[in-house]
Amino acid sequence: MNIHEYQAKELFEKFGVATPQGKVAATAEEAGAAAREIGGTGLVVKAQVHAGGRGKGTFTNGFKGGVHVINTAEEAQDIAGKMLGQTLVTHQTGPEGKLVSKVLIAKSVDIAKEHYFAILFDRSTSRHAIIASTEGGMNIEEVAEKTPEKIIKEFVHPTLGLQGYQCRKIAAALGLRGALMNQAVKLFTALYKLYIQSDCSLVEVNPLAITTDNQVVALDAKFNFDDNALYRQKDVVALRDTSEEDPREVAASEFGLSYIGLDGNIACLVNGAGLAMATMDIIKFHGGDPANFLDVGGGASKDQVAAAFKIILGDPNVKGILVNIFGGIMDCNVIATGIIAAAQETGLSLPLVVRLEGNNVAAGKETLANSGLAITGADDLTDAAQKIVAAVAAA
Amino acid sequence: MSILVDPSTRILVQGITGDFGSRHAKASLDYGTQLVAGVTPGKGGQTFDHGTHKVPVYDTVDEAVKQSGATVSVIFVPPPFAAEAILEGVDAGLDLVVCITEGIPVNDMIKVKSVMQGSKTRLIGPNCPGLVTPGTGDKSYGGCRIGIAPGYIHKRGNIGVVSRSGTLTYEAVWQLTTRGYGQSTCVGIGGDPVNGTSHLDVLKLFNEDPETEGIIMIGEIGGTAEAEAARWAKENCKKPIAGFIAGATAPPGRRMGHAGAIVGGADDTAAAKKKILAECGIAVSDSPADMAVTLLRAMGKL
Repeated sequence: MNIHEYQAKELFEKFGVATPQGKVAATAEEAGAAAREIGGTGLVVKAQVHAGGRGKGTFTNGFKGGVHVINTAEEAQDIAGKMLGQTLVTHQTGPEGKLVSKVLIAKSVDIAKEHYFAILFDRSTSRHAIIASTEGGMNIEEVAEKTPEKIIKEFVHPTLGLQGYQCRKIAAALGLRGALMNQAVKLFTALYKLYIQSDCSLVEVNPLAITTDNQVVALDAKFNFDDNALYRQKDVVALRDTSEEDPREVAASEFGLSYIGLDGNIACLVNGAGLAMATMDIIKFHGGDPANFLDVGGGASKDQVAAAFKIILGDPNVKGILVNIFGGIMDCNVIATGIIAAAQETGLSLPLVVRLEGNNVAAGKETLANSGLAITGADDLTDAAQKIVAAVAAA
Repeated sequence: MSILVDPSTRILVQGITGDFGSRHAKASLDYGTQLVAGVTPGKGGQTFDHGTHKVPVYDTVDEAVKQSGATVSVIFVPPPFAAEAILEGVDAGLDLVVCITEGIPVNDMIKVKSVMQGSKTRLIGPNCPGLVTPGTGDKSYGGCRIGIAPGYIHKRGNIGVVSRSGTLTYEAVWQLTTRGYGQSTCVGIGGDPVNGTSHLDVLKLFNEDPETEGIIMIGEIGGTAEAEAARWAKENCKKPIAGFIAGATAPPGRRMGHAGAIVGGADDTAAAKKKILAECGIAVSDSPADMAVTLLRAMGKL
């Protein structure tokens, strides 16, 4: 789950992480009022979409740039009016672009030095870790690869949490001394509190800026949250903007399905995440291209199977479907009935190969064979993959 | 022999009266597993009835262990209470706690793992299918089934299976069983980033187990656990291993932010892991349909 820049700013303010003052606006008038309230000159108007490269993006109405520096409230209103309700295309949005429904008005700052600071979960140590570097504003993976000595790492004790001395060590390594050290320690501590209390799995501040008037501020941030903890993070869930997500993934999550769209043309419907990945792999192994990852979970109901079919068929690239169910304890006949109902309900005309294995499998296969539908049965994984790849190639 | 559990192992179920827990407790009883106690706070003194079985239910794990002599617990409680349920099992001095629950927050598991250091209890999972040591009866009846795996797909034998995924484990087991090869023990270690038992831990156990003659290790993209296990195996494992890594076609970066790669290293794609496995002398199966065949070839059985 991603959040908008203005929401990140609001989280910073709530937890006391120093960041330049900003306000969000949904209309041009609100943008003007926000600029007036913040006051002064040198403000920025930023289009709020979940994509990078906004500054160099272009709106489909021809207006250039999703980030503009302005000096008056009138200018803020004018620029916001050209962004709001328009679609912004950047190198990360794809050619269809993203609709801008909010803009952020923020104070711009004069930067003397840019650093990098992130808190993230490190699975190799089962601990949270701090990653910092003096090379701010850059691609951190590149820094780690070319100049590993410029990466500062500090691991957080699982029950004690981030300690003051660790913050001071990091600040010192970044060359932040005197008043800057105190400011940095305060910022790191507040950011860690935000990270833990919101069940984040990543907070990346890039850049962590030192301004020309000697302030340490978080300028831009990327957040990831632990999906497993969302049940106790109502405030975080409220930040979700489903209009920014793939509508098929949103629909899937409503039915308790896990779906990720891909570029291929063979859709798959599988129980279990590992087997779902393996099914994608075997399609590719036999020369096909998977159209999606779809895990219907352990107890796939008839309604879930029907919903899964609708989501799969919503992808215009799909030319065939492979269903791979290792029933285990689930009754294969119940699954077969669900597949038939879904195929009938959606008026399925594409090739459908079904591989069923597990409990009551004979009855399940018989139900499919007697359905009168053009469903191809498969005996094992290889057989299933070869049959769907051949059917799609022939179509 | 087998690893971790055998048909005589005495099991208790935390969350036995819930929908999920009761369903799988019944399946384990039907499989002939020594399921000797259940725990549901507030329902102590009741019995969990299934056919002729009457399993006593206790309020606390501590009582259940003392009264029933159980040494292993399996957890089916919902995510908000699961981390604490693990700690209750640790406190009661169990040898093994198997946590089936999916969806425990990472922050909870980080603390659990830290607290468990130095304790005698081993944790398998969370978010795992559990483990099975097949029995010698019809359709492997009489074995020890802990968790949610279908018992009947197994067969008593000499192949060890370890995997992060549930259904992919069943796939491998079924490939073995239908070819006439049974399993010593099948262990699902779970798909969560913080788990109790790693691929490496299980490989070490299989390596020491006289009954296990070959091993199937199933991994996924993400993390470095399979690579660590493979590097250890290269120097230390006396038995043939076949490996499969799921996720060769998975789009990168869907779950973790890019900064994670700095600490995790660049070894966590399917291609990178397969390369490491192969370099360490593990027979890599490129197709998930060939996991059993790949091992049997490595063992000289085909």
